[in-house]
Amino acid sequence: MAQMNMLEAIRDAMRVEMKRDTNVVAFGEDVGKVGGVFRVTEGLQEEFGEDRVFDTPLAESAIAGMAVGMGIQGFRPVAEIQFVGFIYEALDQMFVQAARMRYRSGGRYNSPIVFRTPFGGGVKAAELHTDSLEGLAIQTPGIKVIVPSNPYDAKGLMISAIRDNDPVFFMEHLNLYRAFRAEVPEGEYTIEIGKANVVREGKDVTIIAYGLMVHTAVKAAEELEKQGVSAEVIDLRTLLPLDIDTIVASIKKTNRAIVVQEAQKTSGAAAEIITQINEKAILHLEAPVLRVAGPDTVYPFAQIEDAWLPTQARIIAAVNKVREF
Amino acid sequence: MSKLLSKLPYEVQTEPVYPLSVLSPEGEVVNPDLLPNLSDDQLKEIMYRMVFTRTWDERAVNLGRQGRLGFYAPVSGQEASMIGSEYALNKEDFVCPGYRDMPQIVWHGLPLYQAFLYSRGHQHGGQIPEGVNVLMPQIIIGAQILHATGVAMAFKKKNEKRVAITYTGDGGSSEGDFYEGLNFAGAYKLPVIYCVQNNGYAITTPYAKQTAAPSIAHKAIAAGIKGVQVDGMDVLAVYKAVSEAAERGRNGEGATLIELITYRFRPHSLADDATKYRTKDEESEWMEKDPLIRFGKFLEKKGLWTEEDTNRVKEEAKAAVNDNIKKAEATEKMTVSGLIDSMFEHTPAHLEEQKADFQ
Repeated sequence: MAQMNMLEAIRDAMRVEMKRDTNVVAFGEDVGKVGGVFRVTEGLQEEFGEDRVFDTPLAESAIAGMAVGMGIQGFRPVAEIQFVGFIYEALDQMFVQAARMRYRSGGRYNSPIVFRTPFGGGVKAAELHTDSLEGLAIQTPGIKVIVPSNPYDAKGLMISAIRDNDPVFFMEHLNLYRAFRAEVPEGEYTIEIGKANVVREGKDVTIIAYGLMVHTAVKAAEELEKQGVSAEVIDLRTLLPLDIDTIVASIKKTNRAIVVQEAQKTSGAAAEIITQINEKAILHLEAPVLRVAGPDTVYPFAQIEDAWLPTQARIIAAVNKVREF
Repeated sequence: MSKLLSKLPYEVQTEPVYPLSVLSPEGEVVNPDLLPNLSDDQLKEIMYRMVFTRTWDERAVNLGRQGRLGFYAPVSGQEASMIGSEYALNKEDFVCPGYRDMPQIVWHGLPLYQAFLYSRGHQHGGQIPEGVNVLMPQIIIGAQILHATGVAMAFKKKNEKRVAITYTGDGGSSEGDFYEGLNFAGAYKLPVIYCVQNNGYAITTPYAKQTAAPSIAHKAIAAGIKGVQVDGMDVLAVYKAVSEAAERGRNGEGATLIELITYRFRPHSLADDATKYRTKDEESEWMEKDPLIRFGKFLEKKGLWTEEDTNRVKEEAKAAVNDNIKKAEATEKMTVSGLIDSMFEHTPAHLEEQKADFQ
């Protein structure tokens, strides 16, 4: 099996699908010749030609809107928005036009589009490069939201996203692109959209996370183990649809949980997860479910980025809080 | 060399543009060499559609007042722009309309009762039948411009000899999506036609406050595509301009921006009061340019149309509107669970669960 980092795994997924289905096309700013600013699509233009992998003029709304138009004519666009903050320029086309196509046309048309974007903090980038905007997406009816945490999942989920007949917002944590290599099978395999993964079993507390925070949570769990606390870690992988069943099954075992997200605290993915836990598992809880998140400020300047983002220490503190409740 | 260079113009120059017209308001051919090559039957068919659409519009306004239609944007005055441009297309060409552009998609194949269902807020209104190449009307001003651009990109990539056409208004030409769409079409040389029906007002805001550009057609220059201005009250001029643009698109010569100078005789919508921002004088001035009168006179002189024809078509249109509104009213009501099932191809578990609250 090949060893790949996450960006190579995403590229491999795109390559597999572009080979399988000539309707799959990839485009965006700088995506063609050099393969994007992170080189995710590197080599794809060489392999599949400029007709299928191409640069666009610099206009995010038009990138997303063109994807919508191509989508109703049989293409399966994989459209890259260069950095997550730039989706603000394309919100109508992504979250209204693509997301409502099936509903507006009563199923006559659909938007089989993957909107890829790097996101996530910890790299001292310029403003609006590293925000976590998944909360906007999960409140938008009609679009699925995927946030992989490792190369294996990223490939399987990207293949599923490309094959999905509804629009998918595929968020790639840029601190994970080259963070580590892992075994990734050759050829095609899929991971079901909407299925979480228990990455570490435990019996005392459940830590729910996604993206880079899965790794921070696992490190915190390892530390907790030394203190005699057995923490289960769930990698959500998909935020919409949310795999609440896996979360509830874990809480039935541990009776305590926290949710970790990089995004600002209020009204985000964590808030929704806790609401659903309340609806489905409140009688299994021994303590309130807590959030470890960024404060409700604008994503910070690079100088204080590390202090702003959830840390292992804050996760451990939250775990201790729910245990001592 | 440097002396020579210094004499080259470094300031962008623009020339004024004048609307293409074929017929005078009296129905006389003023530009015989621009007269499109249409058979007598085709000419009569265009008139039939314009009269039908005028009557449909009158009836729709009444139905709206009776509460039998929901949101409705009147079209009277813009028939030449709407009918003439659609008539210049092939059935395989794809139409991306704005909210006022119901006539184009109905004449392109959408059944009339579905247009009424759309207005009544029923999902089946947007369930375009197979083989009818249109999108449902767009509410976000200008968003459809990018969809037409993407559709044209698809046609180009599949080497299909088809064009996409999209419509917006003078207000829509101020949107970011308008500029982005034109620019993409220029960069990729796409087979797309951008029609701007400049009816003088974006709801109430007059054209003079919309732009300092010499014309909307001039906006094509920045995108490197062809721009033309057309008398939008002259159906033959509209037909001519759109046929040429379609031919250019099919021949791989790229996109065209067409500014159609027109006027809506009625208010923006049934909730709007045009007397608050337009003068009676202005309105009657434009009424004299009525596209139906102009084209009717032209046809009468050719012996192709009489007042009886107009009356016959009006009766036909009234009957069709009656039948279709009844059909729309008889269509089974939507349900919340049906709506839930229309969000995704496969309804996810959380939405499946939410149905229980509505049963």
